[in-house]
Amino acid sequence: MTNRRDFIRITAYGAGAFAMSGGFLQAVKAFSSPEKSGALKVDLTRTPTYCEICFWKCAGWVYKSEDGKIWKIIGNDEDQHCNGRFCPRGTGGIGMYADEDRLKTPLIRTGERGKQVFREAGWDEALEYIASRMKTIKANHGAESLALFTHGSGSSYFTPLLKAFGSENIAEPSYAQCRGPRDDAFLWTFGEEVYSPEITDIRDTKCLVLIGSHIGENMHNGQVQEMSDAIDKGATIITVDPRFSTAAGKSKYWLPIKPSTDIALLLSWIHEIIYNEYYDKKYVERYCLGFEQLREHVKTFTPEWAYGITTLAPDLIRKTAREMADASPAVIVHPGRHVTWYGDDTQRTRAIAILNALLGSWGRRGGFYRPVRITLPSHPMPEFPVPGKTWTDLFPGQYGAATGVVSNAMIDASIPGNNPGYPIKGWIVNGTNLINTIPNQANTLNAIQNLDLLVAIDTMPAEITGWADVVLPECTYLERYDTLRTGPHRKPAIALRMPATEPLYDSKPGYWIARELSKKLGLENYFPYEKQEEILDWQLKQIGSSLDEMKKTGVKTFEREADDLYYAPDEEVAFATDSGKIELYSAAFEGLGFDPLPKYTPHEEPPDGFYRLIYGRAPMHTFGRTANNAYLTDLMDENTVWINPKIAKIWDLANDQYIWLQNQDGVTSEFPIKVRITERIRWDSVYMVHGFGHAQKQMKRCYGRGASDTQLITRALVDPLMGGTGMRGNFVTIVTEKAEKEVAS
Amino acid sequence: MRYAMAVDTKKCVGCSDCVVACQTENKVPVGYCRDWIVEVTDGTYPQLEMEIRSERCNHCENAPCVRCCPTGASHFAEGGIVLVTPNQCIGCGACIASCPYDARFPHPDGHVDKCTFCIHRIKNGLKPACAAVCPTKCIYFGDLDDPNSEVSVILKKRKSKTLIPEAGTVPHLYFLI
Ligand code: SF4
Ligand code: SF4
Ligand code: SF4
Repeated sequence: MTNRRDFIRITAYGAGAFAMSGGFLQAVKAFSSPEKSGALKVDLTRTPTYCEICFWKCAGWVYKSEDGKIWKIIGNDEDQHCNGRFCPRGTGGIGMYADEDRLKTPLIRTGERGKQVFREAGWDEALEYIASRMKTIKANHGAESLALFTHGSGSSYFTPLLKAFGSENIAEPSYAQCRGPRDDAFLWTFGEEVYSPEITDIRDTKCLVLIGSHIGENMHNGQVQEMSDAIDKGATIITVDPRFSTAAGKSKYWLPIKPSTDIALLLSWIHEIIYNEYYDKKYVERYCLGFEQLREHVKTFTPEWAYGITTLAPDLIRKTAREMADASPAVIVHPGRHVTWYGDDTQRTRAIAILNALLGSWGRRGGFYRPVRITLPSHPMPEFPVPGKTWTDLFPGQYGAATGVVSNAMIDASIPGNNPGYPIKGWIVNGTNLINTIPNQANTLNAIQNLDLLVAIDTMPAEITGWADVVLPECTYLERYDTLRTGPHRKPAIALRMPATEPLYDSKPGYWIARELSKKLGLENYFPYEKQEEILDWQLKQIGSSLDEMKKTGVKTFEREADDLYYAPDEEVAFATDSGKIELYSAAFEGLGFDPLPKYTPHEEPPDGFYRLIYGRAPMHTFGRTANNAYLTDLMDENTVWINPKIAKIWDLANDQYIWLQNQDGVTSEFPIKVRITERIRWDSVYMVHGFGHAQKQMKRCYGRGASDTQLITRALVDPLMGGTGMRGNFVTIVTEKAEKEVAS
Repeated sequence: MRYAMAVDTKKCVGCSDCVVACQTENKVPVGYCRDWIVEVTDGTYPQLEMEIRSERCNHCENAPCVRCCPTGASHFAEGGIVLVTPNQCIGCGACIASCPYDARFPHPDGHVDKCTFCIHRIKNGLKPACAAVCPTKCIYFGDLDDPNSEVSVILKKRKSKTLIPEAGTVPHLYFLI
């Protein structure tokens, strides 16, 4: 399977153009640029950017007032990601730049780790300190003992730095803590992932099925926009959620499922679709492998069977299966995005992939479109050294189906007692607040106490910076260039981010930080350009554009080479799976010792007096990253705990009352959280928005506001296939008095 | 000319983008807002219904705030837009008390503030900032006297309501239901 893993690693959408090898060149020139008449005028009052408040990366314009101050950020009309409309977080992006609590200067720890005693340092000294520790780790343990945890644009610079140093231990928590199971499930089924932005053709769908996906509360901009278009066109929306989400409120069918039973529902839908012969016979015959085994497998999974598990009426299951069939192939059973729930998440999203295959939606209008992207040439660079060991040598034999690097495996390997194949001794943490990202905080802190080096690179004094040896202040996206955005979409396109203003304080762009550090390590030949704009201009010229042109347009969209947004009728398709077919039955999983077809396994249920902790998003925040943004805290400055009225009555709770939550392991939320009594949540669960309850005093607006779900997620249900940390197996009870703590004001 | 706005409650997701866009466009100080979101849930689990509305000044045809303003700072501008002239406003708050929609607030600079229908933008042929930014495109704006305007067309096509019609204010803010 090594070959397959390598194959996937190359095709998987990930690092920016700069991190790609020269061998990845594509005939980009084949794309013709649309003719534009009339000369372009430079608008001096605005500069192009693409948003960094979330991963959707909408392209827009930063406008300044006459006094030179940033005034507003508005979407770029030419951009496919946003169609000229930013979401509230992007519109409020100025708050990230203007935040007076930002990291201002490099810091070096002087006190005990975690006690937050730092002294200010110059860049040279801070980088020298890091480089010397890195060299010591390399000398004592090997370069692989240094790990990078990364999120966002900075990944494009710290990834090559780490590779040049000799380590491929580069993990994005967005894999094992978020969308990994989904990406793997689709890769192993269709030979292709669903990318970001997802290739869901929502604007043309006739039926959109959301399983725990709360589009509209997650502001994944393009999807929200297209869901609205679909509503206009009369599409049927089916929402499966124990909570009456915003999307449920817009749905023709809401299935108030008992949490943790989704696989049973999916299997019974598959049963209905097969045994009523609703499936797309031609499609299945032509493209799919393993239909007979699947048919046999789901034989007994009737809606009546599922009723006893999911609490959903058989009639409702039948009707919704029929709706999907009627819409087929213009139907999307949405793969979701944050899918690390119960530890069998790869199998659940496999069931979703299988359902889509049966409905013939993959590669079809109103289902999943065929994405294209531009691969920019990267300038010639020395080869990276081949590391002696990778993350798979940390705990050999684990997570055989993983196609990404498992961050929690690297954290576990930082704890000597876990007897890893080799130790992880240093972390560089870029743009990800591991304390509030990784479940089981005690484990993360234990790992940190065993490190020889912890560097945190961020714009804000997020919790992780408090544990670092060296803190490096990165400037915000409004103050820097970054790699060109080339993400996949319906049409190939590029977008430019350029600084709208000079960096505040002594903060620096990620590119500069990585390059300066490379010099201290003798690796500067991997960063031959002093300024990032030189690379951008060079790359743009290779595809017939230039930095000057992009400064005027912000976005450049090309035409597709061919009319192939969907498969042609009867097209021969070679899927990038082992068999070249859509694998309903996964022989590969079987070979790895996993179930070749998804099974339903019951999950633990909350004990008496406890409720399942469910968390999600609010449209005005991105994780905890925006929690201190003045514009966005103005919209929502704390989370609430949603409690069903029946439960509120039992506990004698009132709306707006502050309570604490205590989980099954006796961990109590550090801060109190406001009660919201609402019919919108099931009686066996409570719900809160993720990203609040910050314990970092330096973030003044969000310190102590609301509760942190991560703190209460001490138990991770780890997916044996790929290491994803399921986070919905935690139960909380209600604590109304906690004398020693006060409500933070 | 009679400017009006219609918000589609079937599409609005309550994201508050209209609120931030208004704040930045109109330099409304953080902590204040000219538009806001209301969510109404009816029923018992799992028989539920929800309506989400983006609300603001209704630019009433029969505006109590204009009637009660002692200085004439509150007035009708072109197209029936209800405006406050800051330097004529003495901050007495009579209009705030008279507005049934709670659409007005005391600006920290000492005058009363509220939604202007982004008159500075519509004069330049642009949509109000909230309508221009809304990711679900659920805010329609235009001239009721022009049968082909976006707002006239959608109001003809869809069922709609206004808020507190019994107050007799004749609002120009409609909600598509
Ligand atoms: S969806 Fe919103 S936060 Fe994400 S990139 Fe787009 S504007 Fe920014
Ligand atoms: S921006 Fe649009 S969708 Fe969002 S709350 Fe306002 S009106 Fe509703
Ligand atoms: S019309 Fe303009 S002033 Fe009124 S709420 Fe919308 S953005 Fe604000």
